[in-house]
Amino acid sequence: MMLSFIARRLAIAIPTIFLVSVFVFFLQKLLPGDPALILAGEERDPETLAFIREKYHLNEPILTQYLYWVSGMLRGDFGISLRTNQPVLELIGEKLPVTIQLAVMAMVIAMIIGIPAGILSAVRKGTAVDYTANIIALSGLSIPNFWLGIMLIMLVSVHLGWLPASGYESPFVDPIRSLETMIMPAFVLGTALAATLMRHTRSAMLGVLRTDYVRTARAKGLQEKVVVLKHAFRNALLPIVTLSALLFGELLAGAVLTEQIFTIPGFGKLIVDAVFTRDYAVVQGVVMCTAVGFILMNLVADVLYFLLNPRMRTAL
Amino acid sequence: MTAAADLPAALSDEQPRAGNRAWKKLRANKSAFVGFLLVVFFVSIAALAPLLPIADPTATDWGAIRKGPSAAHWLGTDELGRDILSRMIWGAQASLLAGVVSVLIAVSVGVPFGLVAGYFGGWIDQVISRATDALLATPFLILAIALAAFLGPSLTNAMIAIGLSAMPIFVRLTRGEVLAVKMEDYVEGAHAIGLSTPTLLARYILPNVFAPILVQATLTIATAIIAEASLSFLGLGQQPPAPSWGSMLNVAKNFMTQAPWMAMWPGIAIFLVVLGFNLLGDGLRDALDPRET
Repeated sequence: MMLSFIARRLAIAIPTIFLVSVFVFFLQKLLPGDPALILAGEERDPETLAFIREKYHLNEPILTQYLYWVSGMLRGDFGISLRTNQPVLELIGEKLPVTIQLAVMAMVIAMIIGIPAGILSAVRKGTAVDYTANIIALSGLSIPNFWLGIMLIMLVSVHLGWLPASGYESPFVDPIRSLETMIMPAFVLGTALAATLMRHTRSAMLGVLRTDYVRTARAKGLQEKVVVLKHAFRNALLPIVTLSALLFGELLAGAVLTEQIFTIPGFGKLIVDAVFTRDYAVVQGVVMCTAVGFILMNLVADVLYFLLNPRMRTAL
Repeated sequence: MTAAADLPAALSDEQPRAGNRAWKKLRANKSAFVGFLLVVFFVSIAALAPLLPIADPTATDWGAIRKGPSAAHWLGTDELGRDILSRMIWGAQASLLAGVVSVLIAVSVGVPFGLVAGYFGGWIDQVISRATDALLATPFLILAIALAAFLGPSLTNAMIAIGLSAMPIFVRLTRGEVLAVKMEDYVEGAHAIGLSTPTLLARYILPNVFAPILVQATLTIATAIIAEASLSFLGLGQQPPAPSWGSMLNVAKNFMTQAPWMAMWPGIAIFLVVLGFNLLGDGLRDALDPRET
């Protein structure tokens, strides 16, 4: 049962990943002009150009080019960065832990703010508390987070001098310093997610609070706190857990700008630097890895949902 | 809705009445009305930019570099002595244009694909849906950055990149709505009297899936404006010296200590206009929802 469910999900995930690879491959065909000239950079020497054409199979039909590219990727060869001469996959592996640290801290901040705010606003629906929480959430969604970052740097780093404005330190080298440099970026990234999380928690809670079993729990005289947290919230948690997987994409996209502002050497800064140095293999590698990561996260979320929710098993 | 009985009426006077009711509900919803006013305000200043008595947004003045707000320059000047108010107003044009054009691209490509996938089903649906999944698997902004990188940095390319990145949302939304609508009696009826497929899609399906698309489009304009600001902030959108709020912030971040006002105004403007579209979108969703009374 479980296996056939996973097999069915995989049957959808694999063609999706195949299509992603087709899109990412064709990105490079959008480049105006001769790709060999672009890959050569400053170099205009005909021999170099011929070498590049040979190496990247640019003289072959497009389908063959794609097959070379995709079979390379399957072997873990995403190409070489033009800027650093490192294999793309190695470069991504170096930068990813930094972004994961940022993302995890941001997610924790988002949950600490978003989930209680969502519960409160659902329980107090239609009151001033609910309206205030909604207005704050909508504002959180409307503030460009890179601007919030700039404002925080001006206030916290420049005026108050409390936290460093930029830089990065690994938590394994100096945990305190690492926290100091990461807390502000994580807050900036976390607030946007907190808003989304709050809105979803609110609607999930509203749905659950209307159910019969919550009414029963109240009717048998349980304390409101117990009803809300034990009976309602536990059941509302399911859609919230699944949402977290979907927020992964939003986190990565937000990290691009956050890392840029706080000069954090992560995954997001990697793609932006690659764009400006026309390091196309890196851009393609980053997009490909992000998409595959997102698809796998969704797969995991689906399986979790299946495991956590007994009703799903009979629904299939 | 009792579809069969309303069929003739639906074509004549039911539509304006529904529109009127939605407008009344929107007016009564305070936050949606605030959103509407914010949007109208920014659209008017963007449209009137050439007529307003303001300085040339690209005229430099070496005698007035990075001056704070004053009577001559209400919002101060930037690092080249240009008037920030005037750059803000012209920047509104770039931001709104980017928001609206990219959503138009997303809608005009995404909705037809969604209609076809939802209506015909089968292998066409499979192909379109898997391609949509593939595009949705890449985070919106990362896809837009990658597209803008390969297309080359300019405001037009940023709009194309944002539009294409936002498109899959509309494919999925339209497909889902069509799946629900095509089982309705009035569609079966239209089919039974022998209407051609294009006529059926245009006259019976599209009008009935229009409301959620309009709501999504309004909310996506908000996302697209932030995306344009983000791309311009990274240097992948509007190119200097033409003003846009994102590119103004990109420069402003280098003068945070000397000229903090340079970073204040564009951020506030982005916030207000995005808030406006978000409030309006939420309000439209409530107003157009026939289930709510």
